[in-house]
Amino acid sequence: MERVPVLKIGDILLVSIQIDMEDQVALQLQEDLADRIVATGCHGVIIDISALDIVDSFVGRTLATIASISRVLDAETVVVGMRPAVAITLVELGLSLPGIRTALNVELGMAMLAQDEPEPEPVGGEEEPVATS
Amino acid sequence: MALSSDEASRFADLLKGHSDELTRRWTEIVASNFRGRLSHAELERQMGELQRGFQAAMDGGAGDLDADASGELRGLLSDLSTTRARQGFSANETAVSVYALKEALLGILDGSGEADATTLRDFVAYSAFVDRAALFTFDSYVRVREELISDQAEQLLELSTPVVKLWDGVVAVPLVGTLDSARAQVVMERLLQTLVDTSSPYAIIDITGVPAVDTQVAQHVLKTVVAARLMGAECIISGIRPQIAQTIVALGIEFGDIATKATLADALRHVIKLNSAQPKAR
Repeated sequence: MERVPVLKIGDILLVSIQIDMEDQVALQLQEDLADRIVATGCHGVIIDISALDIVDSFVGRTLATIASISRVLDAETVVVGMRPAVAITLVELGLSLPGIRTALNVELGMAMLAQDEPEPEPVGGEEEPVATS
Repeated sequence: MALSSDEASRFADLLKGHSDELTRRWTEIVASNFRGRLSHAELERQMGELQRGFQAAMDGGAGDLDADASGELRGLLSDLSTTRARQGFSANETAVSVYALKEALLGILDGSGEADATTLRDFVAYSAFVDRAALFTFDSYVRVREELISDQAEQLLELSTPVVKLWDGVVAVPLVGTLDSARAQVVMERLLQTLVDTSSPYAIIDITGVPAVDTQVAQHVLKTVVAARLMGAECIISGIRPQIAQTIVALGIEFGDIATKATLADALRHVIKLNSAQPKAR
């Protein structure tokens, strides 16, 4: 069975789906991602679906489940690159994918995650205030 | 009722024998209908061509307009109606150009002074043929006009739905005119495609030019906004005139958490404020 690769970039896991999303593939991805989030301790997941022509209700639900699982594991999920035709079909079908955050492309998705992430605390605690006599 | 070969050959002889006379009479009758909108010379040329077309068909022994020998005539007739339709003549004026041949023929048969029962029967048969030719002209005229109309509708669709870039990462769709399902679909597709192409996270839908907002129009706009959200872009609706706002409330249309602004300027200000609140992607 084909598998979707999960790439780690900094604090983000990047999943680019380039194959047909069959039900088994979607379920496998859900499992793999949960494992990888725990293993890497990443705080962000970006799922790129720009190569998908069809997003059916099962894939839509799986994406929502992945988002929920990630949130439990303290990682924010952003689905990026949905095609206009896919968006129109989903709207016509009345599926609005609640609970999924979206961005136009990977770049904007990463910016969105970076914005959520609070500024990392400088290592070694707060700087000593410079004494001014 | 097709022409017999005898009738066809007599028709051909008649056309040949009185060629100039016939063209002259025909052109006169047609010209009186057009009242100088086409020059006499132009009409004479067209009628002459048609007459040769009829003659060629009759020489070929064509009993009917569908026959092979009438091919050239059919071509001439459809050319005539195409030109007439494009020049803006009415269907009536186009058909008369062909019907006038009957009157011209009658004039010639009358003038020959040897009218008998055979001539009458012949004339009825010729008339039937000319009628079919005129109906054919009428058909082609309607077809050409329909093509013109559908071309124009398409051009209108293209013209009336531009997507413009207003600012870095902000595109706007100024909607003008009535929004029906077909146009809403085109607007939606074009807007979403532009969002992807320019990777703009904000879109402003300006409805200043929409004369009336009913539940259907609102439905189309809402669908577009939801689809844009699915793709990760935020839509703002602007250009809501006072009467439209009253209609929207009276109809009970809910825009939910979609931002609505009175003017395009307000919407742009709102978007720029949102945009500066978050760090740039690049």
